[in-house]
Amino acid sequence: MSDATTTTEREIPPIVSSRWDLPDGFTLERYLDTGGYDGLRKALTMTPAHVAEEVKAASLLGRGGAGFPAGVKWGFCPPGVFPRYLVVNGDESEPGTYKDRILMERDPHQLIEGMLIACYAIGVSQAFLYVRGEMALAQERLAQALNEAYAAGYVGKGILDSDFSVDIVLHWGAGAYIVGEETALIESLEGERGLPRLKPPYFPAAKGLYMQPTVVNNVETLSNLPWIALHGGAAFADMGAESSRGTRLFAVSGHVRNPGVFEVEFGTTTFRDLLYGEQYGDGILDGNRLKAFIPGGASAPWFFEEHLDLPLEAGAVGAAGSMLGSGAVVVMDETTDAVKAAWRVVRFFARESCGKCTPCREGTSWLEKILRRMLDGHGRPADVNKLLDICDNISPAITWPPRQTTICPLGPSVVSPIASAVVRFRDEFFAYCGGETEITVPIGGKAYIAAPPTVGAAP
Amino acid sequence: MTDTAAPTTVSVTVDGRTIEAAKGELVIEAAERNGIYIPRFCYHPRMRSVGMCRMCIVEIDTGRGPALQPSCMIECSDGMSVATESEVTRKAQEGVLEFLLVNHPLDCPVCDKGGECPLQDQTMSYGPGESRFVEEKRHFEKPIPVSELVLLDRERCILCDRCTRFADEVAGDPLISFMDRGNQTQVNTFPHHPFASYFSGNTVQICPVGALTATPYRFKARPWDLEQVESTCTSCSVGCRVVVQSSRNRVVRYLGVDVDAVNWSWMCDKGRFDFEAVNSEERLGHPLVREGLLLKPATWNDAYRRAVGAIQQGIDRSGPGGFAVIGGSRLTNESQYAWTKLAKGVLGSDHVDAQLGDGLPAEVVLGVPRATIDEACAPGGTVLLLGPDVKEELPVLFLRLRHAVKNDGVKVVELASTHTAVDDGLSTESLVYRPGHALPVVRALLAGDAEDDVGGVAPEAIRAAAALLVDRPVTVLLGRHNLAESGRSIAAAAAAIHHARPDVKFLSGLRRANVHGALELGMSPGLLPGRVTLDNGRDWFGEHWPTLPAARGMDAAGILRAAADGKIDTLVLLGADPLADFPDRDLAERGLAGARTVIACDQFLTESVKQADVVLPAAGYAEVDGTTTNLESRVTTVSRKVTPPGTAQADWAIAAELALRLGTDLGLESPAAIAAEIAAVAPAFAGLAHDVLRTSAGLDGVLVGLPIRRNGDEGLAAGEPVPATARSAGTEGEQARVVAAEATAEPGAAVAAELGASGEPDDAAGAEAEGEATEGEATDGDATEGEDRAPGGPEVGVQLPVWTIIDPPLLDAYSLRLAVTRKLYDRGTLVRSSPSLADLAEPATLRLHPHDFDRLGVGVGDDVRVTSNRGNITIPTQPDPGIPRGIALIYANQAGGRANVLIDGNAPVTDVRVERP
Repeated sequence: MSDATTTTEREIPPIVSSRWDLPDGFTLERYLDTGGYDGLRKALTMTPAHVAEEVKAASLLGRGGAGFPAGVKWGFCPPGVFPRYLVVNGDESEPGTYKDRILMERDPHQLIEGMLIACYAIGVSQAFLYVRGEMALAQERLAQALNEAYAAGYVGKGILDSDFSVDIVLHWGAGAYIVGEETALIESLEGERGLPRLKPPYFPAAKGLYMQPTVVNNVETLSNLPWIALHGGAAFADMGAESSRGTRLFAVSGHVRNPGVFEVEFGTTTFRDLLYGEQYGDGILDGNRLKAFIPGGASAPWFFEEHLDLPLEAGAVGAAGSMLGSGAVVVMDETTDAVKAAWRVVRFFARESCGKCTPCREGTSWLEKILRRMLDGHGRPADVNKLLDICDNISPAITWPPRQTTICPLGPSVVSPIASAVVRFRDEFFAYCGGETEITVPIGGKAYIAAPPTVGAAP
Repeated sequence: MTDTAAPTTVSVTVDGRTIEAAKGELVIEAAERNGIYIPRFCYHPRMRSVGMCRMCIVEIDTGRGPALQPSCMIECSDGMSVATESEVTRKAQEGVLEFLLVNHPLDCPVCDKGGECPLQDQTMSYGPGESRFVEEKRHFEKPIPVSELVLLDRERCILCDRCTRFADEVAGDPLISFMDRGNQTQVNTFPHHPFASYFSGNTVQICPVGALTATPYRFKARPWDLEQVESTCTSCSVGCRVVVQSSRNRVVRYLGVDVDAVNWSWMCDKGRFDFEAVNSEERLGHPLVREGLLLKPATWNDAYRRAVGAIQQGIDRSGPGGFAVIGGSRLTNESQYAWTKLAKGVLGSDHVDAQLGDGLPAEVVLGVPRATIDEACAPGGTVLLLGPDVKEELPVLFLRLRHAVKNDGVKVVELASTHTAVDDGLSTESLVYRPGHALPVVRALLAGDAEDDVGGVAPEAIRAAAALLVDRPVTVLLGRHNLAESGRSIAAAAAAIHHARPDVKFLSGLRRANVHGALELGMSPGLLPGRVTLDNGRDWFGEHWPTLPAARGMDAAGILRAAADGKIDTLVLLGADPLADFPDRDLAERGLAGARTVIACDQFLTESVKQADVVLPAAGYAEVDGTTTNLESRVTTVSRKVTPPGTAQADWAIAAELALRLGTDLGLESPAAIAAEIAAVAPAFAGLAHDVLRTSAGLDGVLVGLPIRRNGDEGLAAGEPVPATARSAGTEGEQARVVAAEATAEPGAAVAAELGASGEPDDAAGAEAEGEATEGEATDGDATEGEDRAPGGPEVGVQLPVWTIIDPPLLDAYSLRLAVTRKLYDRGTLVRSSPSLADLAEPATLRLHPHDFDRLGVGVGDDVRVTSNRGNITIPTQPDPGIPRGIALIYANQAGGRANVLIDGNAPVTDVRVERP
């Protein structure tokens, strides 16, 4: 696991990873030594509306996957409807994504402080912190930190002698990827099976936890708030480019020499920097060639060599047909079997489908079975079109952003690896199928490209 | 948000057609109402939408471009455009169907659902036509029993959440649930907790595939071999509308029909599966006559000769008072009328009682303003339970009540002596009173300012409950919970409520199928058909019937006492088993032994029928046509589907034949002809001929005996059909109602006039009726008893008498006060004769509060002797924290110990002693 570093020309401060190198960065004592809870103190001197304004000014994009501006999201709660709740989504389970875990393990107070600032800004007195069930150390550290924070008067009644009070409830998940989806997380918090709710009508901001207005934020998103409160939204927005401001954590894994979580300036750093930069990925393992990489978690359409010079900027990546999603960059080198890689990702989604919507429940496992059969040497040429048509039935027109016949995007997520791999590496599929065939299913997504377009390499 | 000026309808374009939809109406509903069917599996109109199956996915454009959305989740909004047949919709629906079939075993040829399967049907209509799935399908052990009655095939299951939603939302028995996830998701029970719900059969009916099958029907028939007829369930008095299906002249299945006013398509398992009793080998197929100690098969001719001889001798010896009839509450209205006419109008005896001492005095049921189920469940009201454990005795009413509490803010105040099903989260206040103290508790409740305990109920509880009766519409569910507490004390409590709060309405909770028909048709001492007392109807019926009783007769208890004293020459048992059902078994035994001749008309050789001298086999449910009357006094049809066993006859035909052989032609030749006579002579049934019930307006039933409501049906001119209980379109509670005239209309007029159906208009009594006259008089709910009179007709209505109540004795330190309540499954004839249900009845136990065991010096599960001043039984004990201390609860009519052995019918309550044998 590598540590965060600052980047290139300008001096970019580490915002959320500043305490990762401290062996006791998770304790209240060390946290206070390093400026902890100053952001909260400052926020409490401002009006809640002012704090919300600062966050809006920071144009802090949600760091969970959908990338929606946090300040705008807060504003969706219908005015005057109370109680409203804050729910922190710490159910990080996307393959290759492990930034929130490190945030919770190494700097739990920063998250708690971020939650308090958010509660203050939104008008919440009851917050829930939902942590993935398997993250034992994160749970331990958070529980300890929360106890310390309660004892020291940062959480609870009359915080820092103000009339602002918040209770935080810790909740451990039971091991389901789907609970990372916000409405499923709310169901799970309510004690039900973690199945997503249909939006509309169940937008959390309107009808969320216990049918009350609810803000669901990601761990990393909230961890940025102490810094923003202390330094102002403008200072945060000063970093980055376009719609992507501030810094952002990226978890690099796969065939790189130096996998790890890196905090980089958002919007300006390129994939090439991230994968090849010495302080980051440090190049492909064994000097191999890059075959493909997933830019934003297992659900994202794959990128290839020609995308390396795209900046880590939400708009640019979206325009190229994929997404930064949860910030998980998974690298595949030339030794990777594309069919097998697609199967691995598909198998994950098939196993994690909650079973609510028919297309996802039946479609993902059907796709998995076909790919498995291909790998076992029983593929048939017609299987390639069959794979794509099943994808089309889960996500009509195989486009990006995906359309869906399901309630949540888990089902359509299975389409990305298949469409990416089939279109780019069709020969590998045909090799498994014992013959070629014409691909007849129309494919809409922009990243699903057969050959590199003629790209002018970035300077 | 609270824009009251907002329009209540919105305009939506569906497939290019503009339709009007109610605001908030789901797209799937609005489309269907306008003839556009969107395929679906998980959507069910009586349950919350979940949008799981994705079959109803259509392209919906609300201004941001078309997107695929589940039409069962999206509410209509103004300007919305829906495409149910676009290329995108079609491909998506085809895809969903292909997905659903991926792991479906496609074993249609051996599947019970094949031929009536929504999955099969919609695959034909909307499916891709061929399967591309060549992989191994998902496998589960199958079938697995989820309950005694229901089997689950998890491979066929398409995980639509209907059964699990039903169990949780509707029945309140969340005992089946999804387990595992993704492709391994399955419906299952929790370990060691079977789906033991009284409503489990509904899951089989709503399952859109053959995943859930019921043991009584499994592999019995193919849907295309079934014949069916619509009828009304007569297992209890709720009157659920059902379809009776038969194959090769055997009843094989009942299905619930969705009727807004009553059962919403639900049934209880007893009602659903007791068709096995119709087919029972134990059914009587030929008459029996006693020769010495033995009942021997006889011809009808011999049996009639014996019966008529006995009746004639009895009349000759003691006059009409020597003839008595007990029972009849399981008969059709038509048979009840025929027997009333025979007993009261031909033989002149008023000793007729359809109830077996386990109900309430007829006067209290007929003498209070009555409510419908919809009125009781109307949003914002309070239901005061002074009656049965609804779930045990009137299960589908429990579902309606549960829905009202969970969804419509209805509050329930319960008065009972033991824990009941409504205590589990339905009742806001449960007042657990000591048996015998119903009247003082009700008085305290009405006064609302209790300072001390009343009848064992804390003053705080009484005050809290009283608050729920103020400023809210109140309905009393009135019945007999505890058979060991005298019915008079409940009747007196009801009368007290009526006198203090005339606005309070009552929903009768008497449980036997057609007991309300029996009361309406005069099968009770002092009454004549059509809610007319013997005294008031003397002139009117004197014109129509050969004779009339000279004076008011005796009820069942009186008849049995008289019989025991040798004063009854001929006792007729009409489908009655007093030895099992009469609360005082000792008296029942002496009565049957003391009657000179006992004639039984029954379907089974019950314990009591075995005591008879002449046994006449009666045709039963699904074997006769006619009508029945439910607890709202709603008359609906029952229909004949199969032939009776052997030479069994309809009860009305037996009455007619007996009358003929006694020298009087009843003039009753068919159920329709009887109905026409009822419509003509019985004021509460005025104009209610069978034709009326066959119109679309009358199919869901016609309320009799209630004052005409003018709300909502002003626009109806005489002769215009009434959109009665419009079955699919009407939203709950607002459908217009067909109400037969009570008093204000002349016989034969009201229903005929309102419905435009031929209510036997040629009949002398009805001929002069004019629609305008009817409407003119019946301006509003002027429901006071006994003051209405139609020109030439009898005075209609029953006066509420004053019941004198003896205070219950103080409980001595060594005794427990007895409570005897009913369970859905008992040793009753229907359950006992239905093999699938018979084993569900629990053996009799003595249920005590856990703390009473030490005091009595008995252990859990020990056999103990329970002794009252009437008799004793020996049964095992069972702890039950739902029972107050000092109470001994025994369920009525269970195997291993008959509680009615203990009950003293003369006393207000019965106390027992419990000892080690």
